[in-house]
Amino acid sequence: MDKVYPGIDEAIADIADGAMIAIPGFFACGVPRDLLQAIIRKGTKDLTLTCGCGPLLGAADELRTLVQNGQLKKVIDSYGLFRSASKGMQDPFEQAVRAGEIEFEVYPMGTMAEKYRAGGAGIPAFYTPTGVGSVIEEGIVTNIEANRAPKETRVIDGEEYVLEYALKPDYAFVHAYVGDHEGNLRYAKTARNFNHVMATAARITIAEVESLVETGELEGEDVHTAGIYVHRIIEVPRPQFAITID
Amino acid sequence: MSEKVKLKGLSRELIALRVAKELEDGTYVNLGIGIPTLISDWIEGRDITLQSEIGMLKTGPLASGDDIDQDLINASCQPVTALPGTSYFDIAESFGMIRGGHIDVAVMGALQINARGDYAGWSNPARGLFVGNIGGSMDLCAGARKLYIAMEHTTRDGQYKIVKELSYPATAMGMVSMLFTDLAVIEITPKGMVLKELFAGLTPEDIQSVTEPKLIISPDLSEIEF
Repeated sequence: MDKVYPGIDEAIADIADGAMIAIPGFFACGVPRDLLQAIIRKGTKDLTLTCGCGPLLGAADELRTLVQNGQLKKVIDSYGLFRSASKGMQDPFEQAVRAGEIEFEVYPMGTMAEKYRAGGAGIPAFYTPTGVGSVIEEGIVTNIEANRAPKETRVIDGEEYVLEYALKPDYAFVHAYVGDHEGNLRYAKTARNFNHVMATAARITIAEVESLVETGELEGEDVHTAGIYVHRIIEVPRPQFAITID
Repeated sequence: MSEKVKLKGLSRELIALRVAKELEDGTYVNLGIGIPTLISDWIEGRDITLQSEIGMLKTGPLASGDDIDQDLINASCQPVTALPGTSYFDIAESFGMIRGGHIDVAVMGALQINARGDYAGWSNPARGLFVGNIGGSMDLCAGARKLYIAMEHTTRDGQYKIVKELSYPATAMGMVSMLFTDLAVIEITPKGMVLKELFAGLTPEDIQSVTEPKLIISPDLSEIEF
């Protein structure tokens, strides 16, 4: 099954306004920058971007453009604001969050990871100890007060747990070091981070790869994400970026 | 709160050194952003394995020059090196490892802590936002076998960070067992905070003056030892 698309714009052509897209990356590392730039060019609106650990701080130029173009409805993440409060005040995303123009919903990072894992594995929700004793167990943590729905908790074997739901985005944009024509992917070092779980969770996974190889060149035992999870693949140049979130 | 006199103590690097001494050989350790990250400078050559929640075990020292690899960073977004025996894994496995009780010690920074071992670190209300940066902190609190806090004893303008009751949103309740600051080493016990070590030249009264909860003075009280 050959999943290679002729170009990146063709690979995202069907993404409609209002789509929910998973964006992997841990700060600057493993972020699908070319796909983010393609969705900026396409001008798709009312997007919900579901992240894991600050890929939009790592791709700050792309985030700024998405905000200024009015393309974002909502962002979900565990770490999406500048550490420095004074820098945050100058940041268009934080300004839009403060104004209630963009919704920002936050979860602990391990809960984000498990939401995708569960979403890709047919588990609708799960109990986790993470967040018990904090506002996380009381309800959804979001800047939009009306959306702070209460969460369920349960005591199991004497310990309290909070119920969190699986996340199944419409699309996942993933970034891999190597991919083959059937969509088998291999990631580099810590650039793997959220890429694999997001690929499993999304209805349609679009992979940008730094090196596209013929099917068979990537050994089966070296595959990190099996092609069954990947629907479209395109080759992109190795990205150039500053390793920083400042 | 009234203005306090700011006491002079250890540098951030030396707080990190004191925590490094507390870590036992043969342990798996996760270091949070801030002072905890500096601990990695003090454990080179020791049998301590660092886990980075980005998905890596045996994280090595910070990378510089030609060693910098854009695909190899720690959880603080710093380029790092890999040590022999390094492994990489995806994020769901990384947090399964954390929540599943496989990490011996997590060392985190904090904005506030109380005598019951509750601490706040993810959101400063002064910022005026209900949302904030949680990152991996709550998962590490839920899963690490021991939780240490390394922080400055007071705020920059000398206000209490060690408080009777948290006024900032909690990260976790009752999980912290040891607190390392520029002025003191404090153990958190069911009876309260026990002052174990203090910065050379200071008295227990000095430490109490910058600590809101009543301290229990250890019979073995000593100067901070490295």
